[in-house]
Amino acid sequence: MASFPLVSATGMLGSGFRAESLDKAIALGARMIGCDAGSTDPGPGPLATGACMFSKAAVKRDTEIMMTRARKAGIPLVIGSAGTSGSDLGLAWMVEIVHEIAREQDLRFKLAVIHSELSREVVRRHLRDGRARALPPSPPLSEADIDAATHIVGMMGVEPIQQAFQAGAQIILAGRSSDTSIFAALPMLEGYAPAVVWHMAKILECGAAAVAVRTAPDSMMAVLHEDNFEVFPLREDYRCTPQSVASHTLYENADPFELKEPSGTLRTGNARYEAVSDRAVRVSGSEFAPDPEYTIKLEGVRRVGYSTILMGGVRDPYILAQIDGWLAQLDDSIRTRIRSTVGDRQYEIVTRVYGRDGVMGALEPQRAGVGGHEAFILWDVVSNSQELSRTIATSISHLAVHNPIAKWHGLISGVAFPFSPPEIDRGPVYEFHLNHVLVPESPTSLFRAEYEEV
Amino acid sequence: MATLGDLAKLVHSKNAGPFWLTIDIMFDDRDAYRRARDAEIVNRASIARVYGRNPSDIIVVNHDAALAIKVSFPRPQSSGSLRDSDVYGGQQYAPLLGLEVPA
Repeated sequence: MASFPLVSATGMLGSGFRAESLDKAIALGARMIGCDAGSTDPGPGPLATGACMFSKAAVKRDTEIMMTRARKAGIPLVIGSAGTSGSDLGLAWMVEIVHEIAREQDLRFKLAVIHSELSREVVRRHLRDGRARALPPSPPLSEADIDAATHIVGMMGVEPIQQAFQAGAQIILAGRSSDTSIFAALPMLEGYAPAVVWHMAKILECGAAAVAVRTAPDSMMAVLHEDNFEVFPLREDYRCTPQSVASHTLYENADPFELKEPSGTLRTGNARYEAVSDRAVRVSGSEFAPDPEYTIKLEGVRRVGYSTILMGGVRDPYILAQIDGWLAQLDDSIRTRIRSTVGDRQYEIVTRVYGRDGVMGALEPQRAGVGGHEAFILWDVVSNSQELSRTIATSISHLAVHNPIAKWHGLISGVAFPFSPPEIDRGPVYEFHLNHVLVPESPTSLFRAEYEEV
Repeated sequence: MATLGDLAKLVHSKNAGPFWLTIDIMFDDRDAYRRARDAEIVNRASIARVYGRNPSDIIVVNHDAALAIKVSFPRPQSSGSLRDSDVYGGQQYAPLLGLEVPA
């Protein structure tokens, strides 16, 4: 009976894995190596700036091991969501690393580079054609959202990657891709059942994350069959259990039984997880329900402003006992002072009080004051210019130190600053603001591929 | 009386994309899982109360094969935005640890 063995080098390119694990996967017949390189976990920064969340040295180390093994074995390598965000900047950074390795290791191959960054014009055209949908909890997409976006990527499904395979690419660098598409593209092209393939891909995309006890990131292997797959780690001291593999559908999803892909939904509610050895698990029984509409999820960021932060600690028990009132009074003094120095300019001050609700903010159930003997306060001033944010922050530091309380008669020094100067400019700051999908003209229409003989 | 924190092998929270938060309460033995699940102390109403959310926005799933209870709801603000204090969403589970689980 036909089977398709494949390996995921690690859960996140740049986080590391053992070279021996990949060697072992190849000895076991792996027919492709895949690796996810992206995430929105680190927040809007990578998409806003194009910077990868890992260093070049870390990404190059992992990529070099994958490239040399893949070329020697004559099997394809797919890296998705290159450069963390999959934006053109992130992708170009990854292409340069691959070229560098190819030169140093004297490797030759056909390279496919699949772009996922979308221009505002393309997104606007889809909106005007009625081809944009909002995802919960967001309101419908607006022209203003599109105008404000500094970078937008579309999350590709399997089809653009399959097209690159059909064009003969041996190494595929994809921009933003669904984590699963990296591993699903080739087996689906070979006719394996979507339900089995998508569930396998969901488990593999995080590398060895689905083992029972993971001490360090490493590789994970799966073998696809007609109506089931087996999954197992390559490190001898790791093992998969039915519970560890079942648990992985919880990871990074809102609903573990309904996993959305561009072409439909993987339903894992009836999946069976059986141990086939003390370290391998067989999975079967998932279903795939194609959606009537093929959709591409957007990720987009806009600039919120320029930030200057200020941090300080409070140890005085009388201030701590009335921290809310003390901060409200400070806020009043700041607003009055800013009006008199810079006039009616727009700005925001976000005050986080660690020791009260600094970590959880609006989600904190215990908001009734400071529980311990000291508190840490982080002020974040954001406005449309760095100079204005800094001007405001320098007023805050002076006003905060001397902000009085009724207990003490005379000038107090109520905040301990750890740094001099206490204000730190953070530069431009961004936020994710697109939580929408587009209905593309075709699954590949938003993604442009370039080919090169390296 | 035992708390969820006493019974679970792992409770963690994380982003499910930049706009959602998800919390997994995981057990390593079937009895502890069933005890927590059947006590129904983690449900839309209790999560809405603890986190100050709207019950209709909350998803609670009992995952028998994983011996886990999963809770998801939209973040008050997107990951890494102006008012967010937890970019990865990793420290938002703590208020659930003290929920008491009847024997």
